[in-house]
Amino acid sequence: MRISELFARGEFVLTAEVGPPKGFHLDHLLHEAEEFLQDVHAINVTDCQSSVMRVSSLATCKALKDKGLNSIFQLTCRDRNRIALQSDLLAAAYFGIDNMLALTGDHTVMGDTKQAKPVFDLDSVSLLHCVKTLESGFDIAGNELDGDPPKFAKGAVVSPCSDSVDVQLAKMERKIEAGAEYFQTQAVYDSEKFIKFMDKAKQFNVPVQLGVIIPKNAGMANFMNNNIAGVSIPAWVIEELKADKEKTKAGITGVEITARVIKECRDYCQGVHIMALGWESKVPALLTQAGLR
Amino acid sequence: MLITQLKTIDEIRTLAGSKTVIISCEGCKEVHFPECEATELYKELSDNGTALKVIRTEYICSPENLDVATRKHIDKINAADTVLVFACGVGVQSASAQFASKPVLAACDTIPLPGYQGVTPLEVDCDQCGECYLNGTGGICPIASCSKSLVNGQCGGCKDGKCEVDKDMECAWERIYKRLEKLELLENMKYPAKLRNFAPEA
Ligand code: SF4
Ligand code: SF4
Repeated sequence: MRISELFARGEFVLTAEVGPPKGFHLDHLLHEAEEFLQDVHAINVTDCQSSVMRVSSLATCKALKDKGLNSIFQLTCRDRNRIALQSDLLAAAYFGIDNMLALTGDHTVMGDTKQAKPVFDLDSVSLLHCVKTLESGFDIAGNELDGDPPKFAKGAVVSPCSDSVDVQLAKMERKIEAGAEYFQTQAVYDSEKFIKFMDKAKQFNVPVQLGVIIPKNAGMANFMNNNIAGVSIPAWVIEELKADKEKTKAGITGVEITARVIKECRDYCQGVHIMALGWESKVPALLTQAGLR
Repeated sequence: MLITQLKTIDEIRTLAGSKTVIISCEGCKEVHFPECEATELYKELSDNGTALKVIRTEYICSPENLDVATRKHIDKINAADTVLVFACGVGVQSASAQFASKPVLAACDTIPLPGYQGVTPLEVDCDQCGECYLNGTGGICPIASCSKSLVNGQCGGCKDGKCEVDKDMECAWERIYKRLEKLELLENMKYPAKLRNFAPEA
């Protein structure tokens, strides 16, 4: 089901992200999704995340659908031109996948196949525009589609804790103008920064889901601070992760930190998006501690 | 200069606004410069008082040449609202770097000419995209300066103002935003989604 309808009903929308494997064996992913992600409204499937070649997001969305799970088809503009992007969107519509999330995508040099041609024929804004055009019954070249047009809940991303937050807000506005109906944010650890961001973003009147990543240890936190755009982890979070190594290793500290961020930000957003990065098993505990189930 | 064609006459009239200084680069006209149409336009804009000055010069892709050619007209440039440049994308970018506090606008589109890559190796570059975007971007080329050649704004990969592809490279869209902010032209960022046209010109 389209998550835009949940937002419209005023629900606090929960989503979680899974990353398809390198290979075509989806059993493990599907098992974890059925086991741990039953309580979220939809499951995002990443599209060759970090430019690492993996089985497609579309196939994984379809496999989740076959298990009765609602999915969000993530599409980046890195690997496909506008013909292939539209074609895959129509394929998603055929499978009954009706949530999508548009991303520009990381550059190919960030991943494991650096020799590949970076496409970027479209970008997140023009891709959203393209989806809107398909929904009006035409392709991007102006040719009419056969039969009823597809309909998607159209999502996009924004980084509230970016050091270029004004540039991000300007881009957010462009995405809305192009058709974005909901936003998921880059991981937030600093509630104050998020609340300040929402103070500016609320003028757009478009639902925003707080993005969270359960931190696994201090090393991961430092790595994200230094290398991941739009993520800024305060020193006190890193100290907390260092304090009791066993507790951190068991995931207890990470879940506590993340639950706290969710509670602090809850009143300022319209949902939560959990990027578990392999820690899908911690999602139920996180939802409980954050008071979301 | 690479190969250029004028934007539509109406578009150029709008770009010129009410007070402009025209810089016309006729450096490598052995390649192609629409001289007749441009000259007619200079006359029209001078006669109706829009153009405070038409500076006809060459090789403005070289900052030194540009400086020598424009120095004596600096009062006129200061008095103008815009600087309208008839040159290739490189020329427009070197002018926008020189007059960073003025909107510097491109009157031409630079189109691909296989094999010919211009004469002056510089820090600014033009990929001859055929539909010059510089007028919306404060004179900074999003095609040649952004690692993904994005035309709709910054991607999510910018960290500390640097591009995700190369930590030593300034993010083009960060620069564009700062330049537009300085020029008080942030409204420029609010355009409908742009799609590049990759069709080879007929
Ligand atoms: S936008 Fe850039 S590549 Fe295109 S014509 Fe202008 S300077 Fe050249
Ligand atoms: S970080 Fe900036 S320059 Fe690099 S690809 Fe993204 S928008 Fe372009």
